[in-house]
Amino acid sequence: MNENVKKAKRRTSQKARRRFLRSVLYGAGAVGVALLGYLPVAGQWITRLRPPGALHEEKFLAACIKCGQCVQVCPVEAIRLADLDEGFGVGVPYIDARAQACDFSCDGLQCVLACPTGALTHEVNYPHQVDMGVARVVNEAQCLAVQGKGFRGQARGADFTGKLRYAEVDRWNPIPVRDHPYDLDLCDLCVRQCPIEIRIAECAAGKPPSGDERQCPPQHAIKLEPIDDTGRKRPVILDGCVGCGVCEMICPVEPAVIVMDSSESRASSKGLRA
Amino acid sequence: MSYSSLKDSVAELLGRDPRKPAPDEVSPEVKAIHQDKRADKSRIAKIRVELAEKAANKPPEKLRRKRWAVLIAVNLLFVLSYWLDIQLLEGALTASRFAGFHMADLNSALQVMLAFKHVVINLVIGTVTVFVLWWLLGGRTFCSWVCPYHLLAEWAEMLHLWLAKKKIVKDHPMDRRMRTVAWLVFALLALLTGYTVYETISPTGILSRALIYGPGVALIWVGLLLAFEVFYSRRAWCRYLCPIGLTYGLVGATSPFKVRYHLSSCFHEGECRKVCLVPHVLDTVILGRARGLEVDIGADCTRCGRCVDACPTSSLTFHFPGSGKAGE
Repeated sequence: MNENVKKAKRRTSQKARRRFLRSVLYGAGAVGVALLGYLPVAGQWITRLRPPGALHEEKFLAACIKCGQCVQVCPVEAIRLADLDEGFGVGVPYIDARAQACDFSCDGLQCVLACPTGALTHEVNYPHQVDMGVARVVNEAQCLAVQGKGFRGQARGADFTGKLRYAEVDRWNPIPVRDHPYDLDLCDLCVRQCPIEIRIAECAAGKPPSGDERQCPPQHAIKLEPIDDTGRKRPVILDGCVGCGVCEMICPVEPAVIVMDSSESRASSKGLRA
Repeated sequence: MSYSSLKDSVAELLGRDPRKPAPDEVSPEVKAIHQDKRADKSRIAKIRVELAEKAANKPPEKLRRKRWAVLIAVNLLFVLSYWLDIQLLEGALTASRFAGFHMADLNSALQVMLAFKHVVINLVIGTVTVFVLWWLLGGRTFCSWVCPYHLLAEWAEMLHLWLAKKKIVKDHPMDRRMRTVAWLVFALLALLTGYTVYETISPTGILSRALIYGPGVALIWVGLLLAFEVFYSRRAWCRYLCPIGLTYGLVGATSPFKVRYHLSSCFHEGECRKVCLVPHVLDTVILGRARGLEVDIGADCTRCGRCVDACPTSSLTFHFPGSGKAGE
């Protein structure tokens, strides 16, 4: 009898011990899986172009509440949310500029206004204050302008779904790039469609966006510079570039001659230009 | 006056086992009822009759259906708001705007505050709004009435129970204190690493975003959690780990909305405890455990109403001050 009670007691305590052990394993497992999310971030497996106003990467990941309100307000649907392969970056917004750049067609930086946590800093008000990254010319030899060539037709082909706002077509609504074919003697798409350059031209013509002088960018972002006297030109990125990615998106060459580099620009940035 | 103890309620929420009442905690009136019930030989027979009737003629789980409808409607509102661009409920469950007014999930907001160490006014507005909302509605009410993972977990639970009945799987209960530990660990990790670590694995956030913005590989994690619950441990995420549940549990600890237990009419057949996600909150329905004629169910209760549906004698009811049946 006494033996049985002892046995039963031993069994109960063994059961309790097992229960405790599997609870600890379960908890540690969940925390462990969550911590694995640090790997893609620490290893910088994927570097992303972030939406306008994004704080520098580490602060941005901390501040973002992963709700996607920025995604919902973007008129050109440039913003996407990252998947679990980006670890701690899951649910965090990014822009794939080649597929759909930020062309600031909302003028008012809607994503910034929508952000509930200040991960996109509310201190930026105008496109030229943004510091998403900087454009880099990566394969200049392929550039049509460098080769002295023009461009005719749909910039990215008939299947491309990306949009831009063409103020001369529709001031308020972006339209698909494929619906706006070009006929250029020398390809200057990257300069022609640059949202900063467009604003500078509007301001020079005395018509700043929304009639607001503060919308006028103080610096040029990109220009075509003559290579020699044959008419060939090369794209040069200037200090006013905010990294919006429109030049990368519109470049008709495959792969694009210009790509966005977000690695340095936001490294010391509070989400806006000094 | 109904009996409730905030101290015990919170202690049980944090993982302590319910304790039997000390003799001096129970009034003579209540003691007398306990004794009468123990002496009532016909009670067991009555239960048998009642359960046989219930088995033969399964009553519909009305509240459960209503709750599922609400849960689906809320999540659908997020989805349709974006898809149809009606801007009624923008964002996802982690943070949103209802008709332009900020709302923030309390646990997500906490993670961001701890990691970012800076709080903008919009987040304060969203957090306070949601705090007041869920305090009024009962805290963990969020879990069973809104959280999309809860619904999937309920379906997984059905499968688990079916498989358990066929002796194919067995439930492995865990220590409920694990959730408190996990909550602390995730809060500390956010504070120390500066990343919202919990958000990485939050099935609530992952599912809400998947519904609104489209599926991704993150759903594999949710699938693994569900499989774990089906084959190994019943409702393991909601019961033993989810820090969101604990956050809302604490918020709702003093909520005016709760499930109330009525001792006199109870047969103590235990039907409620079988269906409950958090059966420890129903410890009071065990014969001899009730400390009052009416007892308020503790903070871990998700107000899902399955016990209310399951109780054959209506001894468990929703209670809101000034509302019908229990407005004593």
